[in-house]
Amino acid sequence: MREVRCDVLVVGAGPAGLAAAAAAAEGGQSVIVLDENPHLGGQIWRPQAAEANQPSRSVSPRAAAAPPSAHAHRRAHAWHQRAQKRGVIFETGMTLFDAPRTDHLLAVDAAGQASAFSAQQVILATGAAERFLPFPGWTLPGVMGVGGLQAMVKGGMAVRGKRILLAGTGPLLLAVAAFLLDHGAHVVGIAEQASRAAVRRFGTSLWRHPNKLVQAARLFTRLRAVPLLHDAWPTQAEGFGRVEQVRVAAGDRCQEFDVDLLACAFGLVPRTELARLMGCATQSHIDGEIVAVDRWQRTTVATVWCAGEPTGIGGVDLAVAEGLVAGYAASGAFKRAGRAARRRDRARAFAERLDRAYALRPALRALPTDATVVCRCEDVTWQAIRAQPTIRQAKLQTRCGMGPCQGRICGPALAFLTRATPAAPGTATQTTTRPTAATTSSHAAGPSTGWTGDRVRPPLVPVAVNVLIGAGQAPLANHQPSPAPSRHQEISL
Amino acid sequence: MENRLQLTIDGRTVWVAPGTTVAAAWVDLHAPAIRRSVAGQPRGPLCGMGICYECRATVDGHPHTRTCQTPCRDGMTITTDR
Amino acid sequence: MKQFDAIVVGGGIVGAACAEALAHVGGTVRLLERGHIAGGATAAGMGHVLVLDDSDAQLALTRIGRSLWTERWSHLPPAVERDACGTIWVAADEAELEAASRRATAYAAHGIEAELLDAEALYGHEPRLRRGLAGGLRIPGDRVLYPPTATRHLLDRAVAAGAVILERTPVQRAGNGHVDLADGNRFEADLVVIAAGLATPMLVDVPGLVIRPKKGHLSITARCPGLLRHQLIELGYLTSAHGDEAASVAFNLQPRATGQILIGSSRQLDDNEPHVDQGIVARMLARATEYLPALGNVPIVRTWTGFRPATPDHLPVIGPVPGAPRLWLAAGHEGFGIATALGTARLLVDQWLDRQPTIDPRPFRVERLSATHRATACVPRGAPECAAVPDQDSPPSPFAA
Repeated sequence: MREVRCDVLVVGAGPAGLAAAAAAAEGGQSVIVLDENPHLGGQIWRPQAAEANQPSRSVSPRAAAAPPSAHAHRRAHAWHQRAQKRGVIFETGMTLFDAPRTDHLLAVDAAGQASAFSAQQVILATGAAERFLPFPGWTLPGVMGVGGLQAMVKGGMAVRGKRILLAGTGPLLLAVAAFLLDHGAHVVGIAEQASRAAVRRFGTSLWRHPNKLVQAARLFTRLRAVPLLHDAWPTQAEGFGRVEQVRVAAGDRCQEFDVDLLACAFGLVPRTELARLMGCATQSHIDGEIVAVDRWQRTTVATVWCAGEPTGIGGVDLAVAEGLVAGYAASGAFKRAGRAARRRDRARAFAERLDRAYALRPALRALPTDATVVCRCEDVTWQAIRAQPTIRQAKLQTRCGMGPCQGRICGPALAFLTRATPAAPGTATQTTTRPTAATTSSHAAGPSTGWTGDRVRPPLVPVAVNVLIGAGQAPLANHQPSPAPSRHQEISL
Repeated sequence: MENRLQLTIDGRTVWVAPGTTVAAAWVDLHAPAIRRSVAGQPRGPLCGMGICYECRATVDGHPHTRTCQTPCRDGMTITTDR
Repeated sequence: MKQFDAIVVGGGIVGAACAEALAHVGGTVRLLERGHIAGGATAAGMGHVLVLDDSDAQLALTRIGRSLWTERWSHLPPAVERDACGTIWVAADEAELEAASRRATAYAAHGIEAELLDAEALYGHEPRLRRGLAGGLRIPGDRVLYPPTATRHLLDRAVAAGAVILERTPVQRAGNGHVDLADGNRFEADLVVIAAGLATPMLVDVPGLVIRPKKGHLSITARCPGLLRHQLIELGYLTSAHGDEAASVAFNLQPRATGQILIGSSRQLDDNEPHVDQGIVARMLARATEYLPALGNVPIVRTWTGFRPATPDHLPVIGPVPGAPRLWLAAGHEGFGIATALGTARLLVDQWLDRQPTIDPRPFRVERLSATHRATACVPRGAPECAAVPDQDSPPSPFAA
């Protein structure tokens, strides 16, 4: 097994990871960035197929470490340039599957070769995934995520002339609808679960963020011909072997759409598995469980930092700012980290307004019927699952969450579906403190119901037997985890 | 087929542009169903980012490969259990 | 039927089997579980229903246990994932094949069907095994099930017979005919059965009762149907299972009804942490691919650990606590709780009702451990753990050899 050492290991090459890597390198650290995707930029800065690298796996798995071409997403490219100037090494197509120690992480590439990464500081920028809520027909082929469909199109899937309905919540619906129009799709409608009033309030609050306002105005102009429904969500998808019709409840009306594709997702959930495996504390949040961090983005494990969506869904600007804070702080450059922290706090205010405007309405808990499959890996129905008292019992008794996705799709859905009536906004329920702004954003998630936070064990993702043999037989690097940079203690007091 | 990659998907020869993922190549070739669930239901890609495992297929002999995370390579052979 | 009140402490498969059996002989049963049912060693185990002959007592208990499962096999619901796949003990070389042959003779003497396989017959049954193996011993009557749902099934039957299941009800202490709950309440009954696995010694005052955790790792693959048909175990398994090595692994594969393969097994003493040890997993998987190379490409979807409740002589304690005729134990089943749960319940009920026991109860008595405890104090290190300890208080048994 290949063994690699560096000062700072960054997991995730999305906005937070790229910013963190650049900052840590500017702080004088040797930095490696890992990402499981074949490209840099994460989900939001995913390049178009035609623009992507030449496939990097053809010669050797490590060829993926090659820099992205000039066609990568503009902002990803800029950050990559800035980081590369300081010698940051990028390894894409690297899936993290274990962290036997907090300074020792194991990854496997697409060719099945394992690598061990040892680092004094680890910055987790593992991003977010879409939240899917089960409703009758949601398992039909052609029903995809909103970002999911965009990713497929960027991966080369053709949508020209296809009739597409978008449903779910949040500004991503609008952005992806515009994207699909640009790719020749026929967007038949957008069903937003939030009320028109909530969205309008959010819209008027945008005067504080002029660049967002401009973006929004551009989107609405682009989408003026597309029917936009509020208080609306899909109640059923039907078709033979693939989605053909979607029934949408809109206010007190019901509307049917003939479609080729349905893109549907209900916001984002933080990806916290790696942080939890490494022993970092999490806290309840409207977005689900989030990684608890201090004002320097440091987790409860002293040498592990976390930036971007895992600390609370906040979008690209917040992710970049948190990445800078984490990168500078992890390299001991606290003055610069402090400047980035002010930028972060401004971005967080925007994220909190977004959270409030697009909070999921309780009525969505009634989406699945008894016969609706909730766990897609094992085909477990809502009827079978809801008879169980906890997620662990559901796993043991119904196989829910026991398939290859390891509960990443049904887990967040169940956390929402089984959540007791939300506490009043402003009621903090966190188990650990998040000093910056936590008091205003940690609302709505009730006390743990036994449906979140089941134990995380390696391997984090399915990994071939031979890879685990190779990874486990290599002796662990025998150095002691280094203490945090000495400057840190002076400044954080 | 200049600057195109040649794949074999379930015995059929397909040409795609560089950078195309296997999942995208598949969906363009057929209906969006890639596999059958444990209960026999047709399934296709859902998350597009390697989380849901709904798009898995056998790629060059590697079973359970996430095709949405796999860029096409010239000469690749994909077998689905559609 | 005799009417009595019984409390069973512990909602694993042994407690569930006891609750079911007691409820069906007229007991008014309450089962108390500190968490949720089948959440401990039962959830972590492999679910093999097989006969083992490490000792005569083990053979007797696993045989009766297996035959009781077999009797009700066709009535088990689909969720139990029953699979009458049989076991093949794989012999790597001629010496192991010799051992297999001896075991075949022993099994035949007890009326257990066993078929000695030469290499050709072995590959006929399991063509994916690596070349060069000597043969094996096939036990067609062995089976596999999924323990959490099997436990649920037993409890559903207990409830149908009037039993009450109380989850999230931790017990602090148990005595003769009563239990004290953590919330301060006391429940009384004619019979208290402690089936709490590793927690058992903490609940009762029995000097010398030692149940140690023996940690195990298991891994399960993604679905890959067709790789194997039988449960496969290396013949050296029992040596490895009871060895004194700090950590040992042995080849043990199970084809699951889902098409997945469950890969075992490891044993570690003196490691009480539930974390997954990558090194142990690697050794266990390497051992598995040594025998079944095709496994190498298959993804592992999950790895977990569990703790086998092990007594010093590898046999469970089943019976009353000395001096407390209304406090019984059914614990310490090590890795064979699934196989022997129904046998344990039968043995317990037979004795409680003063019926002629189906098998000799003496090797499972609680007092043997206290006797061992006294005896080992003066036995030199390395001496057999319990073989020499006479069971002098026991009346003559109809099973005496």
